[in-house]
Amino acid sequence: MAKEMEVSIEKDIIMSSDNIVKKESLKGQDAKISVKNTKVWYGDFQAIKGISMDIKPNSVTAFIGPSGCGKSTFLRLFNRMNDYVDGFSMEGKIKINGANIYKKKVHVEELRKEVGMVFQKPNPFPKSIYENVAYGLKIQGISDKKLIDSRVEKALKQADLWEEVKNDLKKSALALSGGQQQRLCIARTLAVEPSIILMDEPTSALDPISTAKIEDLIFELKEKYTIIIVTHNMQQASRISDYTAFFYLGELVEYNKTKTIFTKPEKKRTENYITGRFG
Amino acid sequence: MNKIQINRWKDQLFKIWGIACTLIGLILLVVFIGDILIDGIMRIDWGFITDLPSRKAEKSGIYTALMGSIWILGLTTIIAFPVGVAAAVYLEEYAEKGRFSALLEINISNLAGVPSIIYGLLGLEVFVRILHLGASVLAGSLTLSLLILPIIIVATRESMKAVPSTIRDASYALGASKWQTIWNQILPASSGGILTGVILSLSRAVGETAPLIVVGALAYVPFAPSNPLEEFSVLPIQIFNWISRPQHGFIENAAAAIIILLLVTFMMNGVAVYYRNKWQKKWK
Repeated sequence: MAKEMEVSIEKDIIMSSDNIVKKESLKGQDAKISVKNTKVWYGDFQAIKGISMDIKPNSVTAFIGPSGCGKSTFLRLFNRMNDYVDGFSMEGKIKINGANIYKKKVHVEELRKEVGMVFQKPNPFPKSIYENVAYGLKIQGISDKKLIDSRVEKALKQADLWEEVKNDLKKSALALSGGQQQRLCIARTLAVEPSIILMDEPTSALDPISTAKIEDLIFELKEKYTIIIVTHNMQQASRISDYTAFFYLGELVEYNKTKTIFTKPEKKRTENYITGRFG
Repeated sequence: MNKIQINRWKDQLFKIWGIACTLIGLILLVVFIGDILIDGIMRIDWGFITDLPSRKAEKSGIYTALMGSIWILGLTTIIAFPVGVAAAVYLEEYAEKGRFSALLEINISNLAGVPSIIYGLLGLEVFVRILHLGASVLAGSLTLSLLILPIIIVATRESMKAVPSTIRDASYALGASKWQTIWNQILPASSGGILTGVILSLSRAVGETAPLIVVGALAYVPFAPSNPLEEFSVLPIQIFNWISRPQHGFIENAAAAIIILLLVTFMMNGVAVYYRNKWQKKWK
């Protein structure tokens, strides 16, 4: 009896994935990221069970779902950060700007210049503020001091941190507050000039005021960048994102415009989750 | 007596026990150092450090032995530091985790516990005889390098492991290659720990006697070495030699040389502690 139910749920989810592919509103030739039937394993454990989705450029897409649903794993596929995880293997195709990023000849270093990432806990390098932002440029072999200076300034301004730190760029980044550190990490990512920014619960370690600042920042940044944000905070998803994807147990349950997801979700499970009835 | 009282009493008992244990170690050390100081402190002057060895105790100095120790220390650092750190980087970052690397790991830890005289025998056969280096500074340094390599490798790996993985993630996410991440982030962040390990292992090397005697270091060398292929003596061997003489004057000399050797190791340990503290602060 229980087995039967499981099977029916699975069918339900598979059908929903198919629906998404057909859905014209989210699919188009202009997809920034296009995922086709992607599966991920860690050893024997299947973390992602065949997900297809397209992500639009210059928008904010939020990934929501309970802990362990695979949303972070899925996010980390886009800049291949899972490559280093022991036992990681994957199937399927992920295209960014039309090119499969899991092809053999792809240089992950090049990919990561295009796809930046901001992590859950602010993780500045134990170096100066300036060095933190300049690092991504220096490792590319850029040594023109003027160019680096101007890019550092631009990135710090974009991250709305310049006014606070412009007089102590030589100060240790670890002396900044948590919120400033996280904006520094965003500046560091922007300095490399990516077109996609992945954010893995970027505000979960921050206080409400710092969180609001980061949210404002995300809102400004989406004009130029494609942003994907993993969040546990339902209000945050509804505030800042244009599209929302709900993950559950390694499946993409529902993916739609944020407004639709939060006002009239198609799936009962989505509704239960966003109303706080489970997860 | 209720339970709380019993617990308090136990607490007190343990405190006293701990103090006693600490004191035993300290008192022994103080007695030892005090004894040495009484015997030797009057003997130390500039001449003692700059004089060549002599048959007469009051004319003898530690110049050749001290220079030999400095040569050994310098060469051992040059050899063991890059090799040890590179081996640690390989094992920690590049070696595929499997049976082979596990085997290597266990053996490196075991090597750290092998008696130093065994290294001396190895050095005698490989460096002195097969490579024809003779009883030279170079042969001695190579032997001591082997001796301290396991310590350096283990210490380096431990401090590399202590670097938060978030730093690694951040570097990779910005498009850094593995080598760039190791060179620009992991090694600088762990440099305090690495330096501590290297300095502590060197302060062990500077006090080693057995392997150098086996390799052929001499008790009496008329001149300080001027290149790595010359014969040499080191402070511990000089001390050993003086202590085994019957005249009282040489006992004073030995005590004075021990003071110098202790000073050298204390200073090295001091530097190690300084770097460790600086490094720990960085992460707080």
